[in-house]
Amino acid sequence: MEISGIQIILIFIVACIAGMGSVLDEFQTHRPLIACTAIGAVLGDMTTGIIIGGTLEMIALGWMNIGAAMAPDAALASVISTILVIAGHQSIGAGIAVAMPLAAAGQVLTIFARTITVFFQHQADKYAEKGNFTGIDICHLLALFIQALRVSIPAVLVAIFIGTSAVQALLNSIPPVITGGLQVAGGFIVVVGYAMVINMMEAKYLMSFFFLGFVLAAFTNFNLVAFGVIGIVLAILYIQLNPKYTINSSPALAYQSTTAKNDDLDNDLDD
Amino acid sequence: MSVPDNKIQLTKGDLFNMFVRSNLHQGSWNFERMQALGYCFSMVPIIKRLYKGEDRANALKRHLEFYNTQPFVTAPILGITAAMEEQKANGAEIDGGAINGIKVGLMGPLAGVGDPIFWGTLRPLLAALGASLALGGSILGPLLFFILFNIVRLGVRWYGIDYGYRTGTDIIKDIAGNRLQKLTEGASILGLFVMGALVSKWTSVNIPLVVSTITMQDGKVITTTVQDIFNQLMPGLVPLIMTFACMSLLSRKVNALWIIFGLFAIGIFGYAFGLLK
Repeated sequence: MEISGIQIILIFIVACIAGMGSVLDEFQTHRPLIACTAIGAVLGDMTTGIIIGGTLEMIALGWMNIGAAMAPDAALASVISTILVIAGHQSIGAGIAVAMPLAAAGQVLTIFARTITVFFQHQADKYAEKGNFTGIDICHLLALFIQALRVSIPAVLVAIFIGTSAVQALLNSIPPVITGGLQVAGGFIVVVGYAMVINMMEAKYLMSFFFLGFVLAAFTNFNLVAFGVIGIVLAILYIQLNPKYTINSSPALAYQSTTAKNDDLDNDLDD
Repeated sequence: MSVPDNKIQLTKGDLFNMFVRSNLHQGSWNFERMQALGYCFSMVPIIKRLYKGEDRANALKRHLEFYNTQPFVTAPILGITAAMEEQKANGAEIDGGAINGIKVGLMGPLAGVGDPIFWGTLRPLLAALGASLALGGSILGPLLFFILFNIVRLGVRWYGIDYGYRTGTDIIKDIAGNRLQKLTEGASILGLFVMGALVSKWTSVNIPLVVSTITMQDGKVITTTVQDIFNQLMPGLVPLIMTFACMSLLSRKVNALWIIFGLFAIGIFGYAFGLLK
């Protein structure tokens, strides 16, 4: 499929937003659910974009930046794999397979960008000496823009070359045993994300809740909303019944805490 | 000390401006001082209101010191430092080191609360919910994820700043209390419970190896595969074992992408030799 000039511009914009989302981690525009859907909409096949987004999202469930550790990059993986599937006429399985090396490449690129940004940090120090607010704002925003370009430049390059016959021939030369195998792997690749989330919690003593969820899901037909509600109920019960917390609400202390609250209220009223 | 009528006070608008800017908190994340510049970027409206001349430069430099935490829980810290800067600008005896001390002292404990709640529970849960709808091609999936997550996030950001500003350094009492611990523990329970359900339900492994083929008296042929045996024992047993293998590899600091490539290789070999379908 040929991608028109307007579509290339739109891909650039969407990829910029995804790239900024990746470093900000605020609006979640870098998550596959959002980025793939937006690219799908630009390329005129939003439904396929949503499905790729859902598939990739499950794989990327545990990809999170904690402290100074960088996760695989969902933004670059989402944007380019969606272009490959929709404009390059590939199966979703192949798109996912290509997404993983892209996530690794994106991770390297973001580490590179976050190293370059040290320069802006030092520049900001100089503006701080002079009390220059605009300078500080510009340093911050330029650093953010580098993260936007980190995703949008590779995405635009792929969008330009995807229509060429050489790239198409290359993509079509993937043997069926690979695509079939990737499809099969797609069924269980998600466990890596689950494992990342579980490890991140660092709550070995709460693993019994994990097994309860596992067994309940194995023998019932509840959907995710039901599991969410049961999970919340379990969490509330655990906290209500846990002696660690109930000791603190013994009558004397409870009295103290209510008086403390009243004090707060008094203070508020005084203000 | 200062006379009430020439007291400089922060307006609701300054705090709102800080709230808007704090949405770009991690924009200049770098390996030297991490979120330092982002923190200063959010503090700009406050410093602009409170200080002039040399004090202004010192305040800016103060907020360019190393800083890193879970981005959303920065909100109450921003609120507290805004309150402290306001007092300092009005002549209170607060030195710059104390303000930085509060920032550094709070960023660790708050990250310990923010990471499991937002990255460990809220996002994976909403993302899994969104993805389960999206797999059927429904736009509701991405929309639900985007809207719900951002409502919670913006709420935490705005009320966090407001709460931090009103409470000031008293907030330390709240953090030392067990309210946050309850929240973290509750979130971990919810997260782990749903992860358990996901391992069982939102995975698929099929091992089509035939163990036995029995021809019944009426001519029906019953074949039993390895997968059938697993399903009778406990559906989802293989993904469960895989999950634990991944957890063990991850805790040995193996890069997640290498594990993913390894699983791809297992998929391709399994498919090629008919062990997986």
